[in-house]
Amino acid sequence: MARTNARITASVYTSHVPAIGAAIDHGKTGEPYWQPVFKGYEFSKRWMKDNTPDVILLVYNDHASAFSLELIPTFAIGCAAEFAPADEGYGARPVPQVIGHAELAAHVAQSVIQEDFDLTIVNRMDVDHGLTVPLSLLCGQPQVWPCRVIPFAVNVVQYPPPSGRRCFMLGQAIRRAVESYDEPLRVQVWGTGGMSHQLQGPRAGLINREFDNAFLDRLIADPERLSKMPHIDYVREAGSEGIELVMWLIARGAMADVAGGAKPTVVHRFYHVPASNTAVGHLILENKP
Amino acid sequence: MALAKPYLDIPGTTIFDADQSRKGYHLNQFCMSLMKAGNRARFKADERAYLDEWPMSEEQKQAVLARDLNRCIALGGNIYFLAKIGATDGRSFQQMAGSMTGMSEQEYRDMMIKGGRPIEGNRFVGEQRMAGK
Repeated sequence: MARTNARITASVYTSHVPAIGAAIDHGKTGEPYWQPVFKGYEFSKRWMKDNTPDVILLVYNDHASAFSLELIPTFAIGCAAEFAPADEGYGARPVPQVIGHAELAAHVAQSVIQEDFDLTIVNRMDVDHGLTVPLSLLCGQPQVWPCRVIPFAVNVVQYPPPSGRRCFMLGQAIRRAVESYDEPLRVQVWGTGGMSHQLQGPRAGLINREFDNAFLDRLIADPERLSKMPHIDYVREAGSEGIELVMWLIARGAMADVAGGAKPTVVHRFYHVPASNTAVGHLILENKP
Repeated sequence: MALAKPYLDIPGTTIFDADQSRKGYHLNQFCMSLMKAGNRARFKADERAYLDEWPMSEEQKQAVLARDLNRCIALGGNIYFLAKIGATDGRSFQQMAGSMTGMSEQEYRDMMIKGGRPIEGNRFVGEQRMAGK
């Protein structure tokens, strides 16, 4: 019987370092400094071509671009038809407009709000490097992005961000919402940010390779337990900005095994230090068809 | 009741919590205004005059004029907002982050290439091993 509802086919995890976007935009990807970073995404670009979804629900954090201190939503879902790349102070990145999926976004919002997750609905929002750098890494430099994208912004700027636990549970609610959408869409959920990095104060430049690799191991094998890790462990071990990693748990929570399905296939794993101030981590997990 | 702050014993780190956010509101909103090209031009033309349009403390204004990011952060600034000043100056995020560590730009860049600042000795105040030495 033909599938009639939407389903989550895979989840993708990646850092979203702004300097990576700048390297792509300024044609520096072949430089010795950047080569090892982009080499880690060569497989991913091919995989993305072969497994282009209809929609990506892209979890990221806004870096004081769309949201100032006037308004700090913990979870915000972009329900607009399109989203412009933000001018973060250097001029907007020369990347395509992001085309949303207003119907699916509205459906996800309606479903998860009724499951007690109080999302903020956003109908106008520019999207910054947190969202566009992952797209560039996986899709290259196309004239138009290969699929629709629903921006899903998480506050990690003002402490406290949502707990890992909350993020993990939200991912599960997102999966249920997607699977109850009555159109046979292939949906990917992406979790972005991290890995270890600290951008401020005398401790800036902190990298914790051991923590990062253990995080990747645990995210794959035992996300339930990982989701219970408290904020302080992220901040102390992975740096003040390493706390972005809670967002990866939203994507992980949306995978089938969390709801009793088959374990996902790890189709790609990559780790490299550094990209600017940051440890780059990247994973692709596929649900069994 | 005061906010619980389990992170105060992390060395060289200021967590941007509600207290910092309140203290730095106007400083950060000033930074936010630099997202617009027209405002960047006005700020560059006369920094002091532009800052005087904002209800910031004199200390905050001086910290911005001096580009002292550690001071800005102590006064409630958040790095993602402060980064707009760096962008206006044409500085990279790495240059900004490095400027807070007491290292030269080259030393900081080299530290990152060698794997970054190690976690050992940098978890708790009192066991500091700053600058990866």
